[in-house]
Amino acid sequence: MSADLIEVVKDRFPDAVSDSHAYRGDATVILRPESLLAVASFLKDDPALRMNFLMDLSAVDYSTYGERPTTAFFASSGVAVRPTALIPDEDPWPGPPRGARFAVVYHFYSTDKKHRLRLVVPVEDDDSPEVDSLTGLWPGANWLEREVWDMFGIRFRGHPDLKRILMYESFEGYPLRKDYPVNKRQPLIGPLN
Amino acid sequence: MSGEASFLTSRLGEAIGWARKFSIFQYPFITACCGMEYMATACSHYDVDRFGAGFPRFSPRQADVLFVVGTISHKMAPVLKRIHDQMADPKWVVAFGVCTCTGGFYDNYATVMGIDTIMPVDIYIPGCPPRPEMVLDGLMKLQDKIQDQHKTGWRPAPEPRPEVLES
Repeated sequence: MSADLIEVVKDRFPDAVSDSHAYRGDATVILRPESLLAVASFLKDDPALRMNFLMDLSAVDYSTYGERPTTAFFASSGVAVRPTALIPDEDPWPGPPRGARFAVVYHFYSTDKKHRLRLVVPVEDDDSPEVDSLTGLWPGANWLEREVWDMFGIRFRGHPDLKRILMYESFEGYPLRKDYPVNKRQPLIGPLN
Repeated sequence: MSGEASFLTSRLGEAIGWARKFSIFQYPFITACCGMEYMATACSHYDVDRFGAGFPRFSPRQADVLFVVGTISHKMAPVLKRIHDQMADPKWVVAFGVCTCTGGFYDNYATVMGIDTIMPVDIYIPGCPPRPEMVLDGLMKLQDKIQDQHKTGWRPAPEPRPEVLES
């Protein structure tokens, strides 16, 4: 099922898909950022796919990826187990996107077809990252994109009201970036600690 | 805070203290999972009404004790301070759970490292979350403090802040 979804997207957009992997029914397609809107509207409107539910939208900062040793984990899932004969990992994770610090991750689900697909879009510019907004296709993307802007500082082109959603307006910096100090505080009232 | 000289040091004062300590109107400021333990304490099994504290008022103007239950973020801190400022004297503050005592394990960009950085705290109830027995113990200590204030005419000093162990 999931491999079929990857094939459908690959066949329709041979130039847009840079990589893909699948693990136990969870399919992931890694896209080139310029084709995000085309692929997303295809996922939503194609009668065979009908991804009418944007389950989640988040981002990853890969700037310190691999610097600390981690336990051996199952590459595709992030679960700390090794592949076995019972749980094979035939189509493993290809690793973090090359040449990009940030990646925006979308999780789609079809309530009609009962299938799901994850899109990963590497963001090219490390200093002022920017991707297209999906608010025109899924209105629910509005707050999720605001959260990604708030936490990672990734701009969304075409977003109607891109402002902070969790932190206050006077907050400086983006707290989920890896270069934000882990316990740096910016209290509104009271002392620093 | 409350004027120390405004309390009678007499048998009448003790009587008022006795009455006051068994009629605590509390304002539960609940933001997180400690609220479940607060509810368990307030319900019939542990029955906080035995201590006369079973009547939450959701208006700070009518409350005597501010129960700060759960993690306080920097975005929430001005709101909490305003609630505290709106309460009429004599007022008391209970830090319920380790997040309100010291920030707990949230050593990050979002969390206030203990509400005693923004307001005086009378009783600290540590625990993540505290057992209802601990809450009742803290409540009884608060009652002792209220009684002492009327017995001596002096408001007891707020508790010293629990020591934070450096890891």
